Amino acid sequence: MNELRSKVKALLGSSEIDLFVGYEQGTRLPRPLLAASAEDADKLIFDERCTGNLAVYLTRKDLMGGKKAGIAASYYALRSICRLIDENQLQDGATKIFALTPQGALTSLETIADVKQLLQETPAPAKQVEDAWVQEVEEMPAAERWKFWTGELAKCFKCYACRAACPMCYCTRCIVEVNRPQWLQPWAATLSNMEWQINRVMHMAGRCADCGACGAACPLGLPVHIIAHKMVQMVRQHFGEPADKGATLSTFDPSDKENFIR
Amino acid sequence: MSTEFEPKILAFVCNWCTYAGADLTGTSRIKYASNVKIVRFPCTGRIDFMLLLKAFANGSDGVIVSGCHPNDCHYTSGNFHARRRWMLFRGLLDFLGVDVRRIQFSWVSAAEGAKWAEVVNKTVADVRALGPYAEYKKAAKFLAGNEDVLLKAQEVAL
Amino acid sequence: MELKYIPKTSLKPWLEKVREGGKQIYAPVAENGKTSFKRVKSVDEISMEHVQTAQSAKGIAFPRTEKLFSYAKQQGDVALQDYDPGSLPNTLVFGLHPCDAAAFKPLSGIFNWDTGDKPFNERMQRVVMVSLSCSKCDPFCFCTSVGGSPGSAEGSDILLTAVGSDGYLVEVATDKGKALTEPHAALFEAPPDVNREELLARVPAKFSVDEVERKIAGAFESDVWKKQSARCIGCGACAFVCPACACFDIQENARGAAAGDRIRCWDSCGFSLFTLHTSGHNPRETQSWRWRQRLLHKFCYMPRRLAARGCTGCGRCSRACPVDMNLAEHLSELEKLKT
Repeated sequence: MNELRSKVKALLGSSEIDLFVGYEQGTRLPRPLLAASAEDADKLIFDERCTGNLAVYLTRKDLMGGKKAGIAASYYALRSICRLIDENQLQDGATKIFALTPQGALTSLETIADVKQLLQETPAPAKQVEDAWVQEVEEMPAAERWKFWTGELAKCFKCYACRAACPMCYCTRCIVEVNRPQWLQPWAATLSNMEWQINRVMHMAGRCADCGACGAACPLGLPVHIIAHKMVQMVRQHFGEPADKGATLSTFDPSDKENFIR
Repeated sequence: MSTEFEPKILAFVCNWCTYAGADLTGTSRIKYASNVKIVRFPCTGRIDFMLLLKAFANGSDGVIVSGCHPNDCHYTSGNFHARRRWMLFRGLLDFLGVDVRRIQFSWVSAAEGAKWAEVVNKTVADVRALGPYAEYKKAAKFLAGNEDVLLKAQEVAL
Repeated sequence: MELKYIPKTSLKPWLEKVREGGKQIYAPVAENGKTSFKRVKSVDEISMEHVQTAQSAKGIAFPRTEKLFSYAKQQGDVALQDYDPGSLPNTLVFGLHPCDAAAFKPLSGIFNWDTGDKPFNERMQRVVMVSLSCSKCDPFCFCTSVGGSPGSAEGSDILLTAVGSDGYLVEVATDKGKALTEPHAALFEAPPDVNREELLARVPAKFSVDEVERKIAGAFESDVWKKQSARCIGCGACAFVCPACACFDIQENARGAAAGDRIRCWDSCGFSLFTLHTSGHNPRETQSWRWRQRLLHKFCYMPRRLAARGCTGCGRCSRACPVDMNLAEHLSELEKLKT
């Protein structure tokens, strides 16, 4: 912890970075801290409780515009950073990345190659809860699945916290804000709530880091991250790990296998 | 007047293969179910998944999506891209409980006039057996500006 | 203020009689770890144990989506179907906490500032509120810092306070409340001799709201907004769970060119689109300006213009925030601002 603080202070002091995206102690759990001074840096913490995906801040133009940034990246934030670099949203090597090794030691990563190396060495956090949830839904008869999801999504009041918390939702103009044509009704209603989630998750295909930030952000506790997790599973099952092959839906393989086109 | 349920089917097809195939069905004088309305697109790659959702929300009981066979795309790879999209989209809809039996994905070439008639007839027969897609329409109308409907639907049972 | 007592065993018969009298009951129900207001059929379903519901009770008078009117084109003319209050249900809102009941004052202030808002007022006329004092609180609660209290009857028609686990002290605050108790007088008893204050949760004061309001009135140009809002991700969760937030959007549910509805739905001043002009200019360009607007609206403009504060200290915004924008903490910081 002290190591990170002193490193960040040095980076801020030497103007190698202008802003550091890290964690501080929050009301109950660690929360994001955007440190711009040595005084801020003294509040930084970084340990196994720091799981939130801070990569969401790296594409925020009003915060980052023209600034050199550093970040304390959790496992999923590292995955998001890789994708953001792949999608030309971040410049490789421009962000000072700090992460924890599987042994819990602080390490600094310079390029996307370093990030990928560490991701390979780090076992992915277990997704048992999400896997079990997906399985439970899949085992329901279709009519019951429909009832379950319409029941859950009927509650959604469209605060778009799921979108705001997602590092991959960096579009400055989202489909929900397009009104010519108006693809989705902008008010909260069961079907348009559902259409929003379908859109969100389809746009995440092969890009989603599976961090679960969308579900964690939902003020109503709706299991929207389960839909995203299902998409991650499907992409893996049909097309393998999306890494290094470009975006899943903007590439193809003539040997893609399906069983329903007749 | 017959009160039998007549399914409304919307077909999204590509210009180069299936639309031409459907033309051939007509010029070959093959009779097929008249329940289908065809919407022509340049390519299956252009068929946005939202169009399928909008079709159901606006009263379709079934949807057909059809284009060139793999390797036959006028634009080389539009149908390959579309295939990937449908693989994920169909799985996602199924996971959410949308009745994917009401969506027929097909490859129909410009020479397959008879196949087009078969695809339409089969889809119409399947959807006729399934009945109107009432659940989806209910969700589409649900809360059309009226929160009280939602309250009632969420009412806690005794 | 009339004081009575109702044994727990009489609560159910009382509510059932009220329901038979033609009122729907809207009350907190626990489900999957969250508690939310729902229309209930059975009193047994009502949660009395939660600290706070995920959403406030404001939806009963200000629904998240509401049809204002409909229109249809007919042979060169337009047929208009105006808002119809006739179908609105009479509702007993049961078990809301004093912070939620108190929030109907600022809401009403906004909806009756200048022209009275018909849908809001028609709904309010049909609502009677039976609140429940708080016997517990959590670290996010701060009603006592903004002029409220866990046992305040402000905004309630009736306030219940749990006496042990056997019954409730009943304070009848309004005529509407009286109409709810008098026909069922047999179910109520004389109030026991208890110290009411001891039955309530202890919510520690976290800041002086007068000092906060004095400080922020002159802090428009301060750097504090930028600093506080740096981690805000600009979602609408805080506004949508807030019992006193009243921002709305007007939308069109057009059914082709021939007919449609005018819809009102919730909106949030935290959204970047909220003030975006057609020209592309946005007068509240950054999240810090939007955060400043949120706090100044609640603690400066509303007290001045409507004589009501836009915050009742329910703490929902802080519980709901994905990045822990703790409002009480931010207000404490503003209180200490150097001017």
